Amino acid sequence: MKHIISSMRIAFRSLRMNKLRSGLTMLGIIIGVAAVIATVAIGSGATQRIQEQIASVGSNLIIILPGSTTSSGLRLGSGNAVTLSEADAKDLAAQCPDIAIATPTVRGGAQVVFENNNWATIIFGITPDYLIIRDLSVADGAAFSQQDVVGATKVALLGKTVANNLFGGADPVGQTIRIKQVPFTVVGVLAPKGQSSTGQDQDDVILLPISTAKRKVIGSKQANADAVDTIMMQAKSSNQMQAGQDEAEALLRQRHHLSQAEADDFSIRNLQEIFAAQEASSSTMSLMLAGVASVSLMVGGIGIMNIMLVSVRERTREIGLRQAVGAKVRDVLTQFLVEAVTLAIAGGFVGILLGIATSAVVSRLAGWNTVVGPGAVALAVFFSALVGIVFGYYPARKAAYLDPIEALRSE
Amino acid sequence: MPPLIEVRNLTKTYALGELAVNALQGITLTIDRGSFVAVMGASGSGKSTLMNLLGCLDRPTSGTYVLDGIPVESLDRDQLAEIRNQKIGFIFQNFNLLPRMDARENVELPLLYKTSDTPDASELSTRALAAVGLAGREHNFPSQLSGGQQQRVAIARALINNPQILLADEPTGALDSKTSAEIMSIFQGLNRSGHITIVLVTHSDEVAQYADRIIAFRDGRILSDGLVGNPHMAVVAAGAAVPAEVLS
Repeated sequence: MKHIISSMRIAFRSLRMNKLRSGLTMLGIIIGVAAVIATVAIGSGATQRIQEQIASVGSNLIIILPGSTTSSGLRLGSGNAVTLSEADAKDLAAQCPDIAIATPTVRGGAQVVFENNNWATIIFGITPDYLIIRDLSVADGAAFSQQDVVGATKVALLGKTVANNLFGGADPVGQTIRIKQVPFTVVGVLAPKGQSSTGQDQDDVILLPISTAKRKVIGSKQANADAVDTIMMQAKSSNQMQAGQDEAEALLRQRHHLSQAEADDFSIRNLQEIFAAQEASSSTMSLMLAGVASVSLMVGGIGIMNIMLVSVRERTREIGLRQAVGAKVRDVLTQFLVEAVTLAIAGGFVGILLGIATSAVVSRLAGWNTVVGPGAVALAVFFSALVGIVFGYYPARKAAYLDPIEALRSE
Repeated sequence: MPPLIEVRNLTKTYALGELAVNALQGITLTIDRGSFVAVMGASGSGKSTLMNLLGCLDRPTSGTYVLDGIPVESLDRDQLAEIRNQKIGFIFQNFNLLPRMDARENVELPLLYKTSDTPDASELSTRALAAVGLAGREHNFPSQLSGGQQQRVAIARALINNPQILLADEPTGALDSKTSAEIMSIFQGLNRSGHITIVLVTHSDEVAQYADRIIAFRDGRILSDGLVGNPHMAVVAAGAAVPAEVLS
């Protein structure tokens, strides 16, 4: 222990005495560690962003859209047919064991008027379950209830953007707005959700009870009163997503009387799959950066080995003297290993600072959130120490097995 | 009490390329505790080889060497390091102080390699430096000290582990005559009042006169071995080619 402390003191002294040389030696490690830190910071920042996006859409979300239709040989895109119904949603919720919630929605656009202001926005007809699935909360006022859906009352929940555009700073709760000439009472304002992954403003929306929406606002385009645009489902857990999806598919095929030969007249989408692809591309990026980092650490290690070999040659007489006064093989080995590790870890610390600075710059330029965690710092210190040991071992061994007489005689 | 050093038929052969060089050709020698021995001889006479062997820095090709009751010729590298640490103090012509350490740290260096802990290290080094007349110089670096002072630091370093023997290799070779005399009187004091055994290699007749026994080497053999004051010694010191038989 005492010679480890003494070796560290000597190592720091020689670091200070050969500032330029030490700096150049450490450069490889500095760059390597900075790359590790920045990689991890940017990578975990990206992961965090993706997770936030998943959370903003709603967790364990499965979306069912109507299938495509063929009219006069012209195949239209998915979502154009009207094949889903409120009854489908009810049965999905009741009969699929891996599905917690299934809720129907209808969607349309409308011009909304309050006094002198008007605003074009998206109207969703929903049930209160939709709020749970999408993880929406009401910031001001209260949500409407299942009773409002049953009774088709004329109440509305406003997104933050709509509230701002119609009311400015004033409190919308209790006011009456007009949607397609129909008066609605504003019962609440949703808490802001921000942009979606595709850049859409998720707060530019009005939520109405699905029954009211169909009858008063969107209804005219629908072929039958029970039809809906989308069914949104929430699996009981992320592990049950696939099972829930399979159950939903089987049930809908049965309900829609589809024979084996017929294709689905609906499509089931799982947003997590889309995000998984995003995550995969960001982890590919991380992997590449990690590759750069490890190459740089290795180059840094070679630099350290080189400088330690020079140091052993320069200090041969010192080694001889230490041997003469009783230093054993292990003592000399330890001394030079400690010096190599000190050099490497000192480089590591500079690298950590540089890495934090780099990720701050990246975070600012890319508008990403980067996270420098204690884990990344520990990893960087561990790797630089490892590099010191691995690349310091050969020079240290060389020093330890010098012949004391030869060593003392050298200049 | 057995002698401190007992050397019997010691030989050392170096392989110099194809050539085998017999640096020592069967040396038999005893050195008593408390004696002050000067070893003289031309370069290549084998005196440095002997000093390396006595100092446990090297192992003999054949023969036996018993130091303080321990047969050291068969010890391994680390065991020899421990013997050097415990029993031997080295003093070199060029001082061999570590330039990046101050006087105290240089003196305490052997304590670093001691197997047991020395909690009173700084007390020991203060005392050792005071013993060589360098009290108050603990924090001077070698570059801030004169040659004589540096050699004193080296002596303090050699003394810190209470060695049985001091091995000095031309300790005054790099010093002027006045400083040489100062250093030699330190050695004399250590030998007389500290009862430390000293073996010293020198070229200088003057320096050799501080010893009480002079061993002269030539061609890997002892040329003469006698107490100072022996009328023949002057001849040996002058380096005249007198056969060993005549001197004994």
